[in-house]
Amino acid sequence: MRFARLTLWSMAFLALAGFALVTGLNLYLGGEESGVRYSGEADVRSEFTLTDHTGRQVTQADYSDRWQLVFFGFTHCPDVCPTTLAYMASVLDRLGGNADRVAPIFITVDPARDTVPVMAEYVSAFHPRLIGLTGSEAQTAEAARNFRTWFERSDDASAPDGYFMAHAGHIYLMRPDGAFEAVYQEGGQSSEALAEEIRKKI
Amino acid sequence: MRTYILLAAMAFWPISAQADVTVRDGWARASVLESRPTAAYLTLASDREDQLIGIASPVAGHVTIHAVKADASGVSRMVEIDALNMFPGKTVTLAPGGMHFMLLDLSQKLEKGTTLPLSLTFASGATMQISVPVLGPGASGPQGD
Repeated sequence: MRFARLTLWSMAFLALAGFALVTGLNLYLGGEESGVRYSGEADVRSEFTLTDHTGRQVTQADYSDRWQLVFFGFTHCPDVCPTTLAYMASVLDRLGGNADRVAPIFITVDPARDTVPVMAEYVSAFHPRLIGLTGSEAQTAEAARNFRTWFERSDDASAPDGYFMAHAGHIYLMRPDGAFEAVYQEGGQSSEALAEEIRKKI
Repeated sequence: MRTYILLAAMAFWPISAQADVTVRDGWARASVLESRPTAAYLTLASDREDQLIGIASPVAGHVTIHAVKADASGVSRMVEIDALNMFPGKTVTLAPGGMHFMLLDLSQKLEKGTTLPLSLTFASGATMQISVPVLGPGASGPQGD
């Protein structure tokens, strides 16, 4: 009995040691078990219930006949947001006849100040087709969560109302079904090059 | 001989001190809506070491200098900086998506087609009054629309 137990423990130990050795070797040699694995499907998805700049309640399904080009920001943003929205507008213009196959969407991370009329005036300054989306704090936070994007209120005494919103500056290209296709950033490539890349994908 | 060179250098010193700092490609972004901060950009060069320590405009309550820095996780954040360091032969460029002057508490909307007066103060004591064009909200550079 005691012998059997010892054997079992020994076997277990050997098995563990063997597994550790193989795994270690694999890691060391850069084999299949090592490093990051890419699943091919990013867990970034376009899923939201928000209000567009015309006051209409929308979800991602309202844009299911088009691809989506999505950027998160806020209208009190002096540099990154206008720069990125102008870049998106330029991409849309360069898409020419293919532009109607893409819904350009700007989602606010500052819904308390970015109400429907504010969004309407703001988006129209950049492109006639740009869609502005706002909602409750919970709704916009949920949209950001589903896109795996980051934002944070940053208190600053010199800022209007005492705060800025810090946020990631990514532009997401999403498929018509809301699944992730690609992520870009303003300045990453020229608007011509990005329009060309998007044209090939859609 | 050496003395002459020194004297000559001293004689020219005040002239070179006059033409220290050059500013070009300045512009500001038009406001889309009331009471929103906006940004101004330019390219600075100095033929001696100096620092831009202050910037002001009669239409802005205050103007701050911002840089964009990425943290360890790759998230870019805007950070306020106290001074812009300038070195001889090195230009400092403020441009969209990077360093910018942030114009806060604007007394009026910045309208495209107007000009924005700015006054710059340097650590050397030099000051400079400039006026930059206000371009559209979607402009991406000094030649933008």
